[in-house]
Amino acid sequence: MKATNIKKVLIVDDDIDSLSQLSLYMKQMGFDVITAESQKEGEELINQHKPDLAIFDLMMDNKDSGFILSYKLKKKYPDVPVIIATAVSSETGILFELNTEEEKKWIKADLYLEKGIRYDQLKEHIQKLLKI
Amino acid sequence: MATLKVLIVDDEPGIRSGISRILQNFTVDFPFAEEPFQYESIEASTGEEALHFIDSQPIDIVLLDNKLPGIQGVEVLQYIKEKNIDTNVMMITSYASLDLAIKATNNGAYNFVPKPFTPQELKTAMEGITKHLYLRRMTNKLNEESRKTRFQFLSVLSHELKSPINAIEGYLRIMLDKQVGNNIDDYEHMINRSLERIRSMRTLISDMLDLTKIESGGKKREISKVDVVHLAQLCIDNMLPLAAQRNIKIYLDSNKPEIYINADSSEIEIVLNNLLSNAIKYNKPDGTVFCSIKEENNKLIIEVKDTGIGMSAEDLSKLFQEFVRIRNEKTKGISGSGLGLSIIKKIINEYYNGHITVSSEVDKGSTFTVEIPFN
Ligand SMILES: Nc1ncnc2c1ncn2[C@@H]1O[C@H](COP(=O)(O)OP(=O)(O)O)[C@@H](O)[C@H]1O
Repeated sequence: MKATNIKKVLIVDDDIDSLSQLSLYMKQMGFDVITAESQKEGEELINQHKPDLAIFDLMMDNKDSGFILSYKLKKKYPDVPVIIATAVSSETGILFELNTEEEKKWIKADLYLEKGIRYDQLKEHIQKLLKI
Repeated sequence: MATLKVLIVDDEPGIRSGISRILQNFTVDFPFAEEPFQYESIEASTGEEALHFIDSQPIDIVLLDNKLPGIQGVEVLQYIKEKNIDTNVMMITSYASLDLAIKATNNGAYNFVPKPFTPQELKTAMEGITKHLYLRRMTNKLNEESRKTRFQFLSVLSHELKSPINAIEGYLRIMLDKQVGNNIDDYEHMINRSLERIRSMRTLISDMLDLTKIESGGKKREISKVDVVHLAQLCIDNMLPLAAQRNIKIYLDSNKPEIYINADSSEIEIVLNNLLSNAIKYNKPDGTVFCSIKEENNKLIIEVKDTGIGMSAEDLSKLFQEFVRIRNEKTKGISGSGLGLSIIKKIINEYYNGHITVSSEVDKGSTFTVEIPFN
């Protein structure tokens, strides 16, 4: 495989443990990984790089940081798939109703995942998104 | 002026128009309500007609005759009760038998006005029913709000508890699958991080218990004469290991050797511990913490000042609320629950009738000041 074929993933998460775990797995899957630990840093990276895939934590500097990043990334690169990961789950998740079509349109993320998902499942989702 | 809709249900046109006329120029004002009330009448000559109005628009008050040509007043009342309609009903009835009165009361009628009545009697009855309606609606609204706040609190709390669990679970899975090889030393960082997350979860849980104890009033308070200077010295001694890790010095100063206050010493200890540990946590290496205990103008003044990272004006405006943590480059590696300051504030406001203020400058340091009157 030529070096130019290596896909780049941008991961933004303010939980350093979840960030380093996700990075580890993505590296093992063969990705080139760039990371940021806040919405602000994430915005800077979006301006400098075009990733092939982005994974954003939902609650960071703001309660909806993940949505904001997703919106900004999609505006610049509409074709880059975005995954939003959150520890807010369905039992308590009335904070964020992600289910209506209307909201999905605005938020524009391609996939919502609950944190703590198994990595083999994550891998499947990513392969589907990137069609690899 | 708030307008309440009154539905008058009576088969005698004279009574309906009479009531409408009395209500037309009548207003009610309560000292506790924001604005006075006026009334807008709608008239119905049968129970069936009344139900139609009740179904098609919000009605605040129903003045209901029992003896009607078709269905009876009590049946209208029953319908309102079954459908749980937010309206207050007053029976206007020529002769209220005990039997009817009981039936109506069981079905939620607020009051009875016997016919015939004078304009003044009607007005007095309207005042009563309006007050009842207003208070009931305010109570519902307050309950609804506190339910919402509670729900929000629990949502954030579950997020705060889930994050460390996810992190620890993630590390355990990595280890289980031997993702970075067979050498145990290569996992040391993950083990240490897991332990750190467990530690901070434990802090969160104990902070949360403190908070719920205060909020539910379920904590048994033990009031005695507490020497705050002495207590502060004890708290500082407990903090020394934490301070030594980053070579931070702590000084204690007071304008009298002993300053007594009637208090529950565990509460004052929570206040001191939280302020001191923040002053260390958010300090710079080799920094300093000044703690001063003073008796001034019949007040106890506790001041904790540090030479740490400080906060911007925008940060300051968010402080003292549950789960608020300032997130930036400098606070990145520092763990905490975001409950400490809200606990302090609750204790000082609710138990000691005092208050807490803060002033701060980015990169220079912060000063938290607690003032408690010696009642
Ligand atoms: N002495 C201080 N200097 C700078 N920032 C502080 C100080 N004390 C508190 N803070 C800020 O206020 C936030 C809330 O404090 P607190 O409620 O005690 O929660 P915690 O320390 O557990 O995060 C902290 O996260 C920190 O950002």
